[in-house]
Amino acid sequence: MEEIKLHYDVPGDDFTRAGEASADLKSRLKKLGIPSAAVRKVSIALYEGEINLAIHAGGGAIDVVIGGESLTMILSDHGPGIKDISLAMSEGFSTAPDEVRSLGFGAGMGLPNMKKYSDDFDIESQVGVGTNVTMKVYFDA
Amino acid sequence: MKISMLMEILEATLLTPDSDLECEVHDACGSDMMSDVLAYVKDQGVLLTGLNNPQVVRTADMMDMVCIVFVRGKQPDQTILDLANSRDIAVLSSNMTMFTACGLLYKSGLRGGRL
Repeated sequence: MEEIKLHYDVPGDDFTRAGEASADLKSRLKKLGIPSAAVRKVSIALYEGEINLAIHAGGGAIDVVIGGESLTMILSDHGPGIKDISLAMSEGFSTAPDEVRSLGFGAGMGLPNMKKYSDDFDIESQVGVGTNVTMKVYFDA
Repeated sequence: MKISMLMEILEATLLTPDSDLECEVHDACGSDMMSDVLAYVKDQGVLLTGLNNPQVVRTADMMDMVCIVFVRGKQPDQTILDLANSRDIAVLSSNMTMFTACGLLYKSGLRGGRL
């Protein structure tokens, strides 16, 4: 299969739209015949990523590369950055405001879920500069 | 369990009239926290929630769930129902509380899936 590249912009001011990119990607992957277990892993990991971009970073960008055996998602933002990445990766830790909790998120499961559903996961962040997350999912894993 | 049976047990109203009530559900999940729902894999699941916003449908969609039950009489707006229709997800509303709805479904044989 020829490599497919996709780009999505996630708005930071409209939480109700978070999830549009993952829904679009999910439907494309289904049409491409990617195994359903891999599609689900990609969809959930990216959805949590979108929510994070909308909640914490004031929006951001998603770049997706679909290859023959795997898919890579790169999420980048110019948000406040993460001071302590290992703390942010622990289940239950959250800096989300109450407003976000009332919408059903902010339980401190976003980053752990993204890692859980990725086969390879990498996060780099600098306070005051932004955060980059790279997630890879293999289709046969 | 078929969605039609689920409706009967929960004395629920169907809000997406075109949904297939013969569709089978195998697992259930009851939560108002969507990140908790996303943490656990379900198969042909039903989501019971008191949360009322579009992210409920998006979460169910990402988990390949086939049915959402709004408990405590919550009535989702048309935007939410349109989104659910576009994803082939049946939407029900029940006046029961989360505890009662989950208890009755468990008693009728539905289980919580695997962690």
